[in-house]
Amino acid sequence: MNAQTAIPEVKTREMSYAEAIRDAMAIALERDPTVILMGEDIGVYGGAFQVTGDLVERFGTDRVMDTPISELGGAGVAVGAALTGLKPIFEFQFSDFAALAMEQIVNQAAKMRYMLGGEAAVPLVFRMPAGSGTGAAAQHSQSFEAWFGHVPGLKVVQPSTPADAKGLLLAALEDPDPVIIFEHKLLYKMKAQVPEGYYTTPIGKAQIMRPGRDVTIVASAIMVHRALEAAEKLAKDGIDAEVIDLRSVRPIDRDTIIASVRKTGRLLCVYEGVRTLGVGAEISAMIAESEAFDYLDAPILRLGGAEAPIPYNPDLERAAVPQAPAIEAAARQLVRREV
Amino acid sequence: MTMKDKVETAQDNLPFAIRHFSPDALRAALKKMYLIRLFEEGAEDSYTRGLIHGTMHLSIGQEASAVATCMELTDADKITSTHRGHGHCIAKGAEVGRMFAEFFGKETGYCHGRGGSMHIADVKTGNLGANGIVGGGLPIAVGAALTAKRLGRDDVTICFFGDGANNEGAFHEALNMASVWKLPVIFVCENNKYGMSTSIERSTAVRYIADRAVAYSMPGETVDGNDFSAVAEAMHRAIARARAGEGPSLVENLTYRWRGHSKSDRNRYRTKDEIESWMARDPIARFRADLITHGILNDESATALQQAAEADVAQGIEFAKASPAPQITEVTKFVHAEVSA
Ligand SMILES: Cc1ncc(C[n+]2csc(CCOP(=O)(O)OP(=O)(O)O)c2C)c(N)n1
Ligand SMILES: [Mg+2]
Repeated sequence: MNAQTAIPEVKTREMSYAEAIRDAMAIALERDPTVILMGEDIGVYGGAFQVTGDLVERFGTDRVMDTPISELGGAGVAVGAALTGLKPIFEFQFSDFAALAMEQIVNQAAKMRYMLGGEAAVPLVFRMPAGSGTGAAAQHSQSFEAWFGHVPGLKVVQPSTPADAKGLLLAALEDPDPVIIFEHKLLYKMKAQVPEGYYTTPIGKAQIMRPGRDVTIVASAIMVHRALEAAEKLAKDGIDAEVIDLRSVRPIDRDTIIASVRKTGRLLCVYEGVRTLGVGAEISAMIAESEAFDYLDAPILRLGGAEAPIPYNPDLERAAVPQAPAIEAAARQLVRREV
Repeated sequence: MTMKDKVETAQDNLPFAIRHFSPDALRAALKKMYLIRLFEEGAEDSYTRGLIHGTMHLSIGQEASAVATCMELTDADKITSTHRGHGHCIAKGAEVGRMFAEFFGKETGYCHGRGGSMHIADVKTGNLGANGIVGGGLPIAVGAALTAKRLGRDDVTICFFGDGANNEGAFHEALNMASVWKLPVIFVCENNKYGMSTSIERSTAVRYIADRAVAYSMPGETVDGNDFSAVAEAMHRAIARARAGEGPSLVENLTYRWRGHSKSDRNRYRTKDEIESWMARDPIARFRADLITHGILNDESATALQQAAEADVAQGIEFAKASPAPQITEVTKFVHAEVSA
């Protein structure tokens, strides 16, 4: 199912997205004695979303460490440990709480190598459960990928499938620099075939989930699935949408997106973060500045989160982020040149 | 009136609350404790029935702390609350109907359906809001106390927080500023032994949170948080100090949450024995018994208070069900002040 990650001869197993992440962490803990897990309630509780699960029973409290409720300090300890020889995987209970640790992530981890002229490295992974749809309201539902994507020195990925969640986490651990992984909360229970054993999914590569001729839809995380749903509907009316899973916000895969837009002549960006100054703005500008510009048959469209915090009421919450019918309608508009 | 005679002669041996508050105030306090318990049971039940979505953090077992802490406050006094904030909200004077409406996501709710349980607030009665961020309210409370001092008002701010929150930097920064500027704020730690699954022993370098007060040159006191009178007495001292311009205090109420941390807790970090031993120390049953012992109530009138609270809760749920939902087109309403054309 996943051309760029699943090697055909490799055995696969059905796993949920959460299980695939746990599998990656177990493999990492087994392969590399310098890997440690840190976070709030990741031990006996198993993590707020049960991602670490039973890892503390298998690897002990020295390697699966519950931290106090101290995001700034905890992230900073992870930075210091990474600087001196450990490889921490630090879990924020919700990505929203990374706001408390911005100092260590943005001012320290991201810039350390550069500020010290290449003499130091901070190889660590921040795991961040993200996104809306759980009824947890404004401080537990945000999508911060554009925030972190704005910071040179960080790498930022957003897996949309169990296989990518595992492969990107293992790739993040191989990476010599800090990597942020946004895990979408609504995907934790999603099941699919996942290759067994060790493999990595390259950071910085988008993936064509559905090839098509008429319109390019670049989506990320949960929006990939909504875009695929919309593409099925569009196909019934003879509109052939190409759906690209962005996978990596920084670095961004220019080549795949530009080639697709050259082919289809139409671009729709779909992302959950607030629309203004979001990931779609970057992709739109990238196309406007590229050779694909001459191939555009319609203006570029962006669908993003509302210019508002995520509301509690479930109907308002749904209305605050793109849903499949809106994606379908926007693609139709583009194809009919109604914009 | 043999009972009354006995009470007067033994005045000094009476619990603080019985000496200090009027019988009416004590009865109202017991009713509020019932209201909190029944409100949360009602919310839990509505959640199970799918009428409420998301998650919620119940304070069942901690009612004495909320109500006794707020006993001496007026609407001019402020509180900042936490994710476990339903009890604080009721203790400060909110109506359960508008609280249920908020939980049901309705326009008539305290936050017009935008906030839900984790952001429940009632600004008019001085509740500046629950908080989804652990420790988020600590510096905000200091700011509210700064306002009172600058504007020459004598109101105080009560800052509720959990034992887990004491390990956030915000806690330490807030206490330091409050002390340096001698602000009228009382930091009230509801120490229920755990921050989610992590016990104090595993997370905190001091045995009692009140031990931290020394580092910020303010009084720190640890009391039995399930003893209404003990909490009220500690708060009385701290509030008097704050209103007299002498600065902040830290009060730690030792208590226990009977329910899991939130809706997703499997209780794997604590024993059934521990939970049961705390359920045997029910703060409501204890306060009720104390009031009966001291002749403030009899069994019948106590039961009548409980039934009145039950009726309020039932009515509140009906109000919430019958209330309208927000307009779907108003997602961006309240992001900024509305500027009239
Ligand atoms: C900054 C931040 N970190 C983590 C969380 C997740 N979280 C919510 S409540 C909680 C435990 C808080 O413990 P405590 O302060 O003792 O309050 P209690 O839940 O026991 O009432 C945690 C870890 C959060 N909401 N905000
Ligand atoms: Mg606690």
